[in-house]
Amino acid sequence: MSKIYKHHLFWPLCVLAALLLFNLLYSPDFFSITMHDGHLYGSLIDILNFGAPLMLVAIGMTLVVATKGIDLSVGSIVAISGAIACLTISKGTDQNALGLVTFSILLAVGLSIILGAWNGLLVSVAGIQPIIATLILMVAGRGIAQLVTDGQIITVTSTSYSYIGSGSLATLPFSIFVVAIALVIALLLTRKTSLGLFIESVGCNPTASRMAGIRATVVIFAVYIFCGVCAGVAGLLLSSNVSSADGNNAGLWYELDAILAVVIGGTSLNGGRFYLAGTVIGALIIQTLTTTIYMIGVPPEITLVVKAFVVLAVCLIQSETFRSSIVYRRHKRQDTMKKEVARRVS
Amino acid sequence: MKRFGKMSAVLALTFCMSVLGACANGGNNQTGAASEGSATKAGTTITLGFSQVGAESGWRSANTKSIQDSAKEAGYNLKFSDAQQKQENQIKAIRSFIQQKVDVIAFSPVVESGWDTVLKEAKDAGIPVVLTDRAVDSKDTSLYVTFLGSDFVEEGRKAGKWLSEQYKDTKEDVNIVELQGTTGSAPANDRMAGFAEVIAANPHLKVIASQTGDFTRAKGKEVMQAFLKANKDIDVLYAHNDDMALGAIQAIEAAGLKPGQDIKIISVDAVKDGMQAASEGKINFIVECNPMLGPQLMKIVKDVVDGKSVEPRIVTEETTFTSEQAKEALPNRAY
Repeated sequence: MSKIYKHHLFWPLCVLAALLLFNLLYSPDFFSITMHDGHLYGSLIDILNFGAPLMLVAIGMTLVVATKGIDLSVGSIVAISGAIACLTISKGTDQNALGLVTFSILLAVGLSIILGAWNGLLVSVAGIQPIIATLILMVAGRGIAQLVTDGQIITVTSTSYSYIGSGSLATLPFSIFVVAIALVIALLLTRKTSLGLFIESVGCNPTASRMAGIRATVVIFAVYIFCGVCAGVAGLLLSSNVSSADGNNAGLWYELDAILAVVIGGTSLNGGRFYLAGTVIGALIIQTLTTTIYMIGVPPEITLVVKAFVVLAVCLIQSETFRSSIVYRRHKRQDTMKKEVARRVS
Repeated sequence: MKRFGKMSAVLALTFCMSVLGACANGGNNQTGAASEGSATKAGTTITLGFSQVGAESGWRSANTKSIQDSAKEAGYNLKFSDAQQKQENQIKAIRSFIQQKVDVIAFSPVVESGWDTVLKEAKDAGIPVVLTDRAVDSKDTSLYVTFLGSDFVEEGRKAGKWLSEQYKDTKEDVNIVELQGTTGSAPANDRMAGFAEVIAANPHLKVIASQTGDFTRAKGKEVMQAFLKANKDIDVLYAHNDDMALGAIQAIEAAGLKPGQDIKIISVDAVKDGMQAASEGKINFIVECNPMLGPQLMKIVKDVVDGKSVEPRIVTEETTFTSEQAKEALPNRAY
């Protein structure tokens, strides 16, 4: 029993369950899922579908955070990739042509690789602090996206393109499969190869890792590229969901939601440890919270305050220091050293 | 000796450059003088300095184009400057207009506050200022001649009036959901207030849910999807701009309902994509928010230069579109 309690997913899952339970009590229809034109339809499906881009960005962000880095430019990459894809498709003669859509997707992903590489270059080779290095692209990227779209909203009518973000495969939203693929790739690469260990060791101490024979520069470079690609694909999902690209607003403040998802998932911003499954649950918590706020009709003026309080509560619950300080009021403080050792070992 | 050679080379280079620079300067001066000469010769050419907010939306680009085109048509010398959504750029632009001694300054303020100093400078220089599209909160109204722009409250009222007209004989409750613009922005506040004011007359018209969609398609879709789940019986959607309505239409279609029939949709702006949806019957009523301020602005500029008195508040000429009207108007829409 105490093992479950100590598992890193325990608290994030508790919060998610609490949110869902609240919804169940508030409106019993929340969990009703019906079949509709051959796909499932209901609030839970919406949460999965709208949460998919955030999960994707957050998965990429997790690895960057694990190296003690941070990527603020993901929101801008989301906007650029969506803009490029929609622009390419809107220029084509037959918007439904599979070749054109594939080309535009590859172009957008290729561009996000370049943007990710730019971040990686600044951080690993030029040695600029991650928060500053990625801030450059965060600011410039919005401009690039607006340059691509010419300040306009580009609308596309391609049904093959809109499939990525709003189509469904085997009755589930297609976007969720994209996330699943990204998650499986990330999990396999980091947990079945030594890459995960490398990332964690670089996050703990890059110099020591280099001494131990790990090429820290390459590892850091790679995680920023991966993060860029995740953001780029998320941009495709977002723009395809509404069949349009908005250089100004697409992915605005996404970086903050992504970082929040990573932290809720139990990954420390100090680097050295990361939990991909936790991140996915963190993103789900954020999306569930957003949907809940819309459903229960919180006035828009105080929406952000409500969100802030829930996030505060989540962070406090997660904080071991806070929990033990509460427990301390009732029991004698246990041997914290012992607890710490147990946690590290598990 | 070697060193001296290098030095002399550098010196020679510097000399060459300074001569070249002087030549370039001379050229500039000449063209400057020429243009000045032509202006005085024509005598009546009006110079208008215009500082635009930026190019943040399709609406704004259409606004810019309208002003540039109508200035050309009127034969005015337009000095156009793009502030890229930054107030400091706009203040710089206005100061440079003052230095260039333009006849009239017009601008769309990026934000409402902080204009008193620079407007006072313009007043001291004797240059009249016209505000377009957005207002300033300055207490001293003598700092500008007039404010030309849309009345957002009136737009909300127009939307409300159409709805009241549609449901004037209803005996049942009409459930309305509202997609607001960016929380706290003037268009969002005013469009909500105008709408609420008119529909209050009919107790059957009820706004059952109201949430911000940030003026974007993605948010409009997301919020509408939640509305559809939370409320079983929605009759009317009122969106503060076309983009949110377009997002909501996708959500309504995904729910297996027919936008425009099962749920009546009212929106504001009348941009091209919105008009397209209206002509397909997916939006029932659009209140226009007209970016084509150019012709009206040029008329005001002419009046100001001629010394005629100008109304302190001029509302843009705006219309409304039902689905049928949208279908007719669509081929001729400029934006």
